[in-house]
Amino acid sequence: MTPTSITSWGFIAAVCLMLGCQRSESSGGQSPLVVAAESAAAKRHPVVIRKPPVPQGVPTATLDPHGKPVSLQCSACHRVRAANATTAQSTDLDEFHQGLKFAHGQLTCISCHDANDNYSSLRLADGRSLPFTDSMRLCAQCHGTQFRDYQHGSHGGMTGHWDLTRGGRERNHCLHCHDAHAPKYPTFTPVAAPRDRFRPVVSSGVSHE
Amino acid sequence: MSSGQPLPSLPILDQEPTGRRGFLKACGATLGLAAWATALKPLTEWAQDVSVEEFLQKHYRELKPDEKQAVFRRLEADCKQDHGVDVTISDPQAIPGVQFAYALNLSICIGCRKCAEACHIENNHDRATNNSYIRVFEMVMGGIDFEKGDATYDHPVPQPGKFYMPVQCQQCENPPCVTACPIEATWQEKDGIVVVDYNWCIGCRYCEAACPYHARRFNWEAPQIPAEEINPDQGYLSNRIRPQGVMEKCTFCLHRTREGKMPACLEACPTGARVFGNILDPHSEIRWVVENKRTFVLKEELGTKPRFYYFFDE
Repeated sequence: MTPTSITSWGFIAAVCLMLGCQRSESSGGQSPLVVAAESAAAKRHPVVIRKPPVPQGVPTATLDPHGKPVSLQCSACHRVRAANATTAQSTDLDEFHQGLKFAHGQLTCISCHDANDNYSSLRLADGRSLPFTDSMRLCAQCHGTQFRDYQHGSHGGMTGHWDLTRGGRERNHCLHCHDAHAPKYPTFTPVAAPRDRFRPVVSSGVSHE
Repeated sequence: MSSGQPLPSLPILDQEPTGRRGFLKACGATLGLAAWATALKPLTEWAQDVSVEEFLQKHYRELKPDEKQAVFRRLEADCKQDHGVDVTISDPQAIPGVQFAYALNLSICIGCRKCAEACHIENNHDRATNNSYIRVFEMVMGGIDFEKGDATYDHPVPQPGKFYMPVQCQQCENPPCVTACPIEATWQEKDGIVVVDYNWCIGCRYCEAACPYHARRFNWEAPQIPAEEINPDQGYLSNRIRPQGVMEKCTFCLHRTREGKMPACLEACPTGARVFGNILDPHSEIRWVVENKRTFVLKEELGTKPRFYYFFDE
């Protein structure tokens, strides 16, 4: 869409709104024309949050007759085992979840996982159950400032349009960058620096004082 | 001698054309011609690259719409001839009621340089120099001291005790580079973006010296890019392949942003440290950041009034 056509649409919308206001003052009702103009002016493309990774069962070391790895539903084990409220490290576990890296404050498993639902869903701080697909609400109950920033577009990667009247936007979920069990953003090797024409890249890593 | 005629008293004068003075004149003329030919030689070589239309092309802002179209088609044909690639040169105009602004969250920038890489690809930068409009500084925590900053680090990031500060064109409201240009080859558009007419720029580099943010780059060579890597979506004032010997700079990806899209550096940012939008829109993300975060601008004391804000989380 060209800027000119946007301007003209804006102008048409403004005129319609003015007409609509006059008419609503006189008749007290809203004309279909106004509704159409308002919906055209307010037409905004959606902001879609990419689907977060959801656990697909717990992998076991065995293969099925077709050679595919076997993974178990959470409830397969947890329905017959009592929950241990004090478990906070994978080293506390003697079967399954071995080697799980956990570095997320002083939380225990059941801080976030719902033992009443055989660990098949998440658990909010007030005890309500929460599906895995809705995990952002779980994160947000502690990380309020980050969630606020996220809602205002200043936290978390995105692609698409700044102008939602021209196109939509896709946003990352918390779990695309943060591992729920060890949420600190990982350290990694950066992209190479631009090569200066006069000075070769120094790799000392210290400042040039 | 028997004829009794007088001997030629001054035979040298009679043979003037082959005499000393004539010889010197001939030498002078030859040398002069040679010097003239040598002096013109670069001109003939240069004229092979520059067509008459290109030489006579007017300033971007003096071009009429049909003349603009002729220029764009010529540049597309040149690109096809030089690189063998079909490109589209567009010329999106500033959107009325839009003033672009950018903000960068230093608390969550990890210094990965993905933004610089995206800029390199999007803006058709020279592959050999790995050029980019973004320079990411590794800074020592506790202050903003660029003397202690390092833009060439190549160790894993983020390092403890360091923060990372990407610097690119600040799209100043009061741009010193525009004032410095002797021929008005660079100017500020209505949406705040400072642009360069690469066909008008003479490459004097005054603007590079005038910029307090070291945001402008000079094309020492024409960018060399493999044909399959050339970004064919090009803007006349932004990412078209620049000729040798002209200045270039970040344009907030105007060929994208004036179509409503995000700049390439923002889309590449994995942490969401970058916020972009229309500062005049009270509901925009950039407006929320400027109103609610403790933002600052670089070198505020210079009075350049950048449209690029930095902030930390509380």
